[in-house]
Amino acid sequence: MFPTPIEKRTRGWQIGYQAMLPVVLIAWLLPLLAVMLFSIKPEADFVSGNYWSLPSNLDGFNNYYKVFFESDMPKYMWNSIRITVPTVIGCMILSSMTGFALGVYRFRANLWIFFMFVAGNFVPFQILMIPVRDLTLDIGLYNTVQGLVLFHIAFQTGFCTLFMRNFIRALPFELIEAARVEGIAEWRIFWYVVLPLMKPALAAMAVLIFTFIWNDYFWAVVLTQGSEAQPVTAGITSFNAQFRAAYHLMSAGSIVAALPPVAMFFLMQKHFIAGLTLGAVK
Amino acid sequence: MTNTASEFDAPKRGWYKRNEIAVTPFLFLLPGVFFFAVYVIYPVFQSFNISLYKWDGLGEADFIGLKNYQKLFEDRAFETSLWNNLKWLVLYLLAIPVGLFISLFLNQKVVGIRLYKSLFFFPFVISQIVVGLVFSWFYDPTFGIFTKLIGLVGLEIKGGVLGNPTAVTYGIIAAGLWPQTAYCMILYLTGLNSVDPEQVEAARLDGAKGWKMLWYVIIPQLKPATFIAFVVTVVGALRSFDLISIMTRGGPFGQSRVLSYYMFEKALSEYGFRMGYGAAIAVVLFLIMLVFIAYFLWSMYQEEKGAH
Repeated sequence: MFPTPIEKRTRGWQIGYQAMLPVVLIAWLLPLLAVMLFSIKPEADFVSGNYWSLPSNLDGFNNYYKVFFESDMPKYMWNSIRITVPTVIGCMILSSMTGFALGVYRFRANLWIFFMFVAGNFVPFQILMIPVRDLTLDIGLYNTVQGLVLFHIAFQTGFCTLFMRNFIRALPFELIEAARVEGIAEWRIFWYVVLPLMKPALAAMAVLIFTFIWNDYFWAVVLTQGSEAQPVTAGITSFNAQFRAAYHLMSAGSIVAALPPVAMFFLMQKHFIAGLTLGAVK
Repeated sequence: MTNTASEFDAPKRGWYKRNEIAVTPFLFLLPGVFFFAVYVIYPVFQSFNISLYKWDGLGEADFIGLKNYQKLFEDRAFETSLWNNLKWLVLYLLAIPVGLFISLFLNQKVVGIRLYKSLFFFPFVISQIVVGLVFSWFYDPTFGIFTKLIGLVGLEIKGGVLGNPTAVTYGIIAAGLWPQTAYCMILYLTGLNSVDPEQVEAARLDGAKGWKMLWYVIIPQLKPATFIAFVVTVVGALRSFDLISIMTRGGPFGQSRVLSYYMFEKALSEYGFRMGYGAAIAVVLFLIMLVFIAYFLWSMYQEEKGAH
């Protein structure tokens, strides 16, 4: 193991290390801690220029009440859910199929199609912006949740295919051959043999896509406007305009907006990290 | 054979059954490839085409050939954006070594280390919009912690970090480095787990330790993690948009623009809808990215060849 395990060092080292951990962590999260503090401070503290003291009273929790009941925030959150969940499901369906096709079968175009997905996945968004916006306008889905969902599914299929294909490649191929010898139809092999084995990969991918899509801002601005269809990332900017320098409300709003992916991460940590490494680092 | 053929696929027997293994992959690929082609592949070519026109997005488009690209050369704002992109690319790569060091720092087995690792990773999970807001308060010239901290050593940045034309891009890059470093850290933490303990022990017996051990034994074994860290960091640097949009809107005086933001500004903002010009900017950005995409694919291809 590298670096040398701390338990093999002297007592002094060990205590030093244990003491350093929280200090470094606090320094690392300092900007975030500041926002957490802001979010529970009453407005009066900001008016009196009292930025960094502890909250002078407990009125600060009203900030969260206001965010939930006196702003468009719940609407934006709901839109985010309506965008994120179908996208995740759509990606899982499409990429388990493409991943299966590219991971199991050998044919001439295989690697080319795979590389097309990989390359497309890395393209800068701006090169897609104008045509995708026009297309969405043409099919009447501009400023709708569906318009965003369709694009997200299509684009994320690139990443998901990369992910699923690599995972399927690592499965024992004998399983599939054994099934073929039994004379089982190919689609049944997909459904009954490969799909059950893909579950952990699908879970990892789902958590990751959830976070990506929840945090998307660019496409939300390009394909939607107003609280009808905009997700929370775009919503928070109009929130910014609505509350101007109301730091207490802005910070409470930001925390609420950031919460779902954070919760997802802490609940599904193992899957999340497996997903981030693209399955390449084990 | 007969017992597997249900009524459902009975009519398809014959040709399909005989060619099943050849046909199935294409059937499975069809929906995914269709979506991807419509929304990703074809639009890339469309953008190339649009960049040859003068077009406001609504009326008639005038074919003007390469004029948009000619204009780019004289455009000071484009030049600034291009330079800033370069700064992003170079400085963003710092996320890789810093992430490596944090992961080395955290690669211990003490009580609660799992929680520490998760909390260090935290910045990556929050959206860049929130990161941007958090950092604009962090840098705020009147109350920001950063301003106070540099004030302690007698420094002052005129107009605050985000109001200062020279400091602004570095300030935003620092904000972006925060989640990006967390990402690289987690890649390395996973990579360190799979470092071969026997090799480490053998190197130790040979007297290798500290930096030498890190450089000659550990880093070579972390190569897959480094590759992914490099890929995601380059892509992240060239995709930078959210932070700029939320923190400065390209200001002050357009000094924090990058190509991705400038393109958006030209094509879709109150400054008017100059689609052709915007597309030309996007094409330049795409060509820069293409260099990296080619490298990524080439690396993957080498690996694929090795695998068979």
